[in-house]
This record gives sequence, structure tokens and C-alpha cells, in this order.
Amino acid sequence: MTEDQFLRVDALTKSFGTNQVVKGVSFGFGKGEFISLLGPSGCGKTTILRMIAGFETPTTGTIRVAGEDITHLRPNQRKLGMVFQAYALFPNLTVGDNIGFGLKVAGMGREERRARVEEMLRLIGLPGFEKRYPYEMSGGQQQRVALARAIAPKPRLLLLDEPLSALDAKIRVSLRGEIRAIQQDLGITTVFVTHDQEEAMSISDRIVVMNAGHIEQMGSAHEIYNRPQTRFVATFVGQLNTLPAATFGPDRAIRPELVSLAPRPETDMTLTGTVADVGFLGSVLRLRVDVEGAPISIDTFNGHAPPPQRGDTVTLHLARKDVLALGA
Amino acid sequence: MTNALATALKPSRRLSLEWLGVAPFVIFAVMFLILPTLYLIGTAFIGRDGQLTLENIGGLFTGQILAAYWISIRISGASAILGALIGLAIALAIIRGRLPAPLRSAVMTFSGVASNFAGVPLAFAFISTLGRLGLVTIILKTLFDIDIYRAGFNILSFWGLTLTYLYFQIPLMVLLIAPAVDGLKKEWSEAAQTLGASTWQFWRYVGLPIIWPSFLGTLSLLFANAFGAIATAYALTGSSLNIVPILLYAQIRGDALQNPGLGAALALGMIAITAFANIVYLVISARAERWMR
Amino acid sequence: MKQSKFWAWVIFGLGAAYFIVPLVATFEFSLKMRRGHYSFDSYASVFSDPAFQATFGYSTLVGLFAILVGVLIVVPAVYFVRLRLPHLRPLMEFVTLLPLIIPAIVLVYGYIRLYNSSSLLPFTGSALGTDILLVFGYVTLALPYMYRAVDTGMRTIDIKTLTEAAQIMGASTATIIARIILPNILVAVLSGAFLTFAIVIGEFTIASLLNRPAFGPYLQNVGANRAYEPSALAIISFIITWGAMGMINVLGRFAPRTSARTD
Repeated sequence: MTEDQFLRVDALTKSFGTNQVVKGVSFGFGKGEFISLLGPSGCGKTTILRMIAGFETPTTGTIRVAGEDITHLRPNQRKLGMVFQAYALFPNLTVGDNIGFGLKVAGMGREERRARVEEMLRLIGLPGFEKRYPYEMSGGQQQRVALARAIAPKPRLLLLDEPLSALDAKIRVSLRGEIRAIQQDLGITTVFVTHDQEEAMSISDRIVVMNAGHIEQMGSAHEIYNRPQTRFVATFVGQLNTLPAATFGPDRAIRPELVSLAPRPETDMTLTGTVADVGFLGSVLRLRVDVEGAPISIDTFNGHAPPPQRGDTVTLHLARKDVLALGA
Repeated sequence: MTNALATALKPSRRLSLEWLGVAPFVIFAVMFLILPTLYLIGTAFIGRDGQLTLENIGGLFTGQILAAYWISIRISGASAILGALIGLAIALAIIRGRLPAPLRSAVMTFSGVASNFAGVPLAFAFISTLGRLGLVTIILKTLFDIDIYRAGFNILSFWGLTLTYLYFQIPLMVLLIAPAVDGLKKEWSEAAQTLGASTWQFWRYVGLPIIWPSFLGTLSLLFANAFGAIATAYALTGSSLNIVPILLYAQIRGDALQNPGLGAALALGMIAITAFANIVYLVISARAERWMR
Repeated sequence: MKQSKFWAWVIFGLGAAYFIVPLVATFEFSLKMRRGHYSFDSYASVFSDPAFQATFGYSTLVGLFAILVGVLIVVPAVYFVRLRLPHLRPLMEFVTLLPLIIPAIVLVYGYIRLYNSSSLLPFTGSALGTDILLVFGYVTLALPYMYRAVDTGMRTIDIKTLTEAAQIMGASTATIIARIILPNILVAVLSGAFLTFAIVIGEFTIASLLNRPAFGPYLQNVGANRAYEPSALAIISFIITWGAMGMINVLGRFAPRTSARTD
């Protein structure tokens, strides 16, 4: 338990007027962990991040970092680093001055600062970019500079507010890998806010799934995906097929990748249906099969065999143990 | 694409139509803005005998005229700098000071009105306020026993005129600088805060440098605005105050000087000074805006 | 953060005092014409003055013509420059800024010298000619504001797309300007018009030097010769300006909000 005490949030609530957007949230994480706050927009995840940063004051509850109660500290006293969705680089400063900003206001000398900036630029793979201005760089480069700026003063905690959502899909994937690598290198405790479940699962040690101001489930990507504890988590994280109630009873579902066209060692039951649609996703084919009026999506590798056609009757194989019971 | 296609299809007709649409504007600007100005500038270099001369320009360097330029520059400079600083403070207060939103639109509307409430009526308003029988003068005298006129204040003086000019300079600044203050993203100050910067450090290194070019541009505009203003001063003081526009006014009316060349030279001097203020602005802002596209 | 809010209120309060006190003082002064108690006598005196009615009427008329001329030269120019001659934009911006840099008194001096009765275009040779010159002078004064109002209006409606859409449906250029562009920028044009009116109605320098019986010179004359009427006139002028600006605000609510491109 003690190792989950580095970032500790207790009974946190936040109301704007009569509208309560965070409804009693508690969690604790260990030093060096990468935590994602995942949820749809308006679930309160950004508000929690902004309370940790100090831009919003909690209505009730406490926030502790390394045992210190920071709930009522001003943002510039918290020693945190933050990366914003829209980069938020200072447009009038060069890349070097942006990265060195936190060091400068902390009173670090010019030479020491220059060395640290250089080290940061190497870390983010942009050596020699000191003299550039933000407008001369691509979005991905700017966001890497923003990351370097946030970690240059060696903050206790790194806060990432949807840092990838303004970027193109390709850069998004490569940059998230870089962020994770740098985070693991430095061992810096990181809170990452996102609405993209794939992003959260690919990058995090632990995920906090949020909905309507409260926590739905907390755990590793594996736990969240394979053992969703609520209907919300099951449907929000990953794809899900609702199985026909006549055969399985109410509220039974299965992941698309656990249904196959051929039997596997663990499969112990079959369903028969009609192919309603065939979607080509490159290495994977996604079939929509109509089973007793319930549409079931399955993913199958795009092998050498010719794919089933619309209207074909197919047999689906699945294992009873893979069927999820959706609770409330 | 559509553009290129259209031009390729009917080049000649479209071109003439475009120029026909722009022509009235161009002709107007040449006839009523550029030609009269150039003509005056030319006249300033022509003597009574029709020969090219620097005599008129030399005529500017006499005691009374130099004094007039100097007091004009001081009043315009003081009202522009004070107006710009106070206007910026008000713009910051209403836009970034978390004041209620309706207050902001009220201030902007009022600024629109007050920046246009110049000229003769403004002079009347300040005479009613700070003249010898003005409300504030009398209240100060009867309630607090402070006689501002005995203390050396005069509505017809440098400070009196500056205080009056501020009534249109401040709101003009608020109107012109508001977009720049609006352009300061909330994330910049948040980023600075998480990096440990104090409010002052944020403004020192980020906020003010970003606003600086707009600030200078507006400042030079305020300067020109006050430098050419005549109605307020004339209504306040008649022709007793020796500022350049009043001197030129008297010259045009034929009350004094009686030398068209010198009049043109006076006008040239005014243009030269307001143009100089703008050139200073352009040079400084070009340096300050390296970081802009 | 609490602190910044405190200072914001302080600055706002001081500013409000500076701007409201002269209005209160002027209003109070304007009520003091009858000895012993407040009355609206000064207003009655102003409104019954035939010179007030005549000069105000004259300035209103000149203002309306200035608006008309301003719209006629600015709208087509901005339209074609935005649409087809974008390289002329910087020049246009510069030219429309000039009236803010060249003082009005210099401009009118130029007019008097250039268009005197012995010149090729003797505007000042006749009363009508001088009236026309006054209108043109006011168009010049208002040019920066009219240009910016119209330019902003055209930017928010994205005239390029509108024009191309209309051309595909076969509309002529005249039809496009009259039936599509103008109605869409009407609010912007009217804003420019009211601003022009606010600038022109009490203008003193040009009217006085061209010797026209306008409202500005009348105000100055009353100021030199009367005691209480000037305060009443200042309040009336303020209300007129407020009215013009208020109209711009009201109109702003009807402005099209399809800001498709913010180039």
C-alpha cells in the first residue's frame, strides 16, 4: 500500500455552481507510474488534472504529492510539469528559451541552463533546434518541445492534458511511444488525460476509467480490457458484441477477436449466422454476422483463403469462458 | 483552381470589371488624400517668387513656432503614453481580471462612444468639470478646502489639455489593444505557472513581449491622434494656446503669418512628425516581431 | 488570482470615475441656467435656437451623403481586392490608414490650396462645390473606419465561396454584389455608416475652414458666447454619439456568424 502513496487523491469533488463535475474521486499511485485518466468528454478527467495542477480549487477533498498536501498551493509552488493539448509554447521565445523558461525563473545560471536545454533537446531528438521559433516547427516537433519544457526543471509529477489529440494519426502513434520511452527513462510519475482508449491502453501502467464525475474502474490495461467491471467500461473500452439473449440470457457479450470462423482448442460452442457485411482493414477482415437477429462483429486475419461473401452462411466458434456478463 | 479556371475563360472582361470596381476608390484616394498632401509638401519648398527654396522650412525654426511644436509634442506624447498605459491596464482588467462578462461589453461599448466624443463638446464637458466654476473644482474647494487653481492647475494648461485628451485617448487604446490582449492564450499563463513563474515573471518574459508590437503601434496612432487634434483645444482656449494645429488654423484663416509657404511648411512639419512616430513604430515592431510569421 | 481580481476592480473603479464624473458635472452644469434650482431651460434654449436646427440639419445631410459616397467607393473596392486583386491589399490597408496619420487640418489646407477658385477643379468657387468638398473631406476622415467595417464584414461571410457558388449557378457580377454580397454585409456597412455619422456630426476643423454652416462650428460659436447652453449641447452630442454606437451594438446581434475562414 505504501508504494501507492506518491500521488494520493482523496474524496475529491468539484462543483461549478450547482453542477457537480467531480463526485468524490479517490486514488493513489506509486512513484514512476504512468497513469491514464480515460473517459468521454465531460467525465471530469480534465477537471481532476487541473485540480492537481492547481488551476482549479477542489470543492472538497485533498491532493497529496510525496506526502505533502498541495491542495491549496498555488500552481507555481507545486513543482509539476504540464503539457497542454495545443502545445502552448511561448511564441515570442526560441525553442531553447522555452525549454529553459522554468530553469530561468528558478534562478539557474546561464551556462548550466544551456547545458540542460541541450540535454533536453537530445532527449527529444531535436538537437540543434535551440534558435528556432515555435512557428517554424511542425505540430509534432512543437509538442516534443513542450514536453522537454515541462520536464526540464525535473518536476515531481508530469501532467499531460490530451497532448496528442491535436496531431495527425501517424505522429500521434510515434509520439506516444516516445513519451512512454522518455517517461520510463526518467522514471517520472505521469498523469495522462485522454478520451482515446487505444492510446490509454498502449501507454499506461494503470488506467482510471471515468464516467460522469466518478471512477468506473481502475487497473492495468489487461484488467480493464479483459475483466471490465461495469457495463460502461466494457462498452467504452474496446469493441463488444452483445450476444443474442435467447441463447445466452440477458446482458452477455464477447470481444470480436474471441470469435472465430474456425474451431480453436479452447472453443466449446458454435453459432450459425449469415454474413451481413465484409469490411477490409488491411491485415484484418471485419465481418458482421447476423445471428438470431443480433449483429456480431468478428475479426479474422486476411489469409490466403478467399473471404466469405455477403449472404454466406457461416459457423462461429467461441469459448464459454470468454463470454462477459455485463453488470449494471 | 476555380479561380484560375475563371480567369482563363474570360480574362479580358473580368480584368476590366475588377479595375472598374477599384477605380472609384483609387481616384478618390488620389484626389482627396494623396494629391492634396503632396501638393502641400511641394508648396513648402516654393518661395513667394515661385523658386525652389528652403526658406519656408527655415522659417519654422523661430521661437514661437518651435515652442508650438514642442508643446504639441509634449501634450501629444504625454496623452499618448498615459492613454496607452491606462488603456492597457483597463483592457487587462476587463479581459483578464475575471470581472463579470457584462462589464466587459459595457466598457467596450462605452469606449466606442468616448473615443468618438472628442472635439468641441468634450471641451465643454471639461470646462464644466475642471474649469474655474466646474463641479469638481467647486466640490474640492468647498468640501476639502483645496483650491486647485490656486495650486497652479489650469484647464487651459499643459496638464489641463492632457487630462482632457485622455478622455478620448484611453478609450481608443482600450478598443485597439483589446484584440491583442484577447490573443494572449490562457494556456501560456498556465504553462508559465506550472513552470514556477510568478505573475510578474509571466508578464515580464511572455505577456508583455507578445503585446509589445501592438502596444507600440497603438501608441504611435494615439500620438498622431492628439497631434492633429484641434477642435478640443480651440474650444477650450480659443487661439490663446500656442500649439501647432492652432497656429496652422490661424494661418489658414489668414489671422496671422500671412505666408502660404510657411503655412505649408507648418503642415509638412506635422506630417513629418506623425510619420516619424509611425516609422519608429515600424522599425521597433519589425525587430520585436521576429517570432511572428 | 484573488489579487488580480482585486486590482482589476480597482482599475475599473478609477477608470469609471474618470469617465463618469465629467458627464455628471456637465449634466449638473447644464441644469443650472435658472438661478436657485435645477431646470431644463438651457435645453429649451438650445432646441428653440433656429441656428441649432439649421446647422444640425445641414450636418446630418452632409453626413448622409458622406456615408453614401463612402459605401459606393469602399464596397466594390474591398470586394474586388479580396476576390481578385489580393496583391493590392497591403496598399489598400496603407492608404486607408493615412487619414489617421495625416491630420484633418493638413488635409483641408491641401484642399483649399489645390481646389481654390482659380484651379482646374474650383470646388471652393461655389457654395455647392464647397459642400461637395466637405462631403469628400468627411469620406476621407471616415475612410479608415468604413474600410475596416466592410473588410471585416466580407471576411466573416467568406465572399470567395459565396461568389463561386453564385457563379456556378450562373449569376452575373452585378447580381452577385447586389443580391448576395450586400445583403450579407449590410450589418457591417451600417456599422461603418453609424461610425461615420458619429465622426462627422460635430466635426469642427474641416467645416470651419471651408466656412460651411455646420454643427461643429455652431457648437464652437455657442461655447464662445454662452454660459449654460454649451453644457446642454455637450450632453446632447454625447447622447447622439451614444445613439450611433448603440445602433452598431444592436446591429452586431444581427450580423451573420458563419465565420468559415478566419484568414
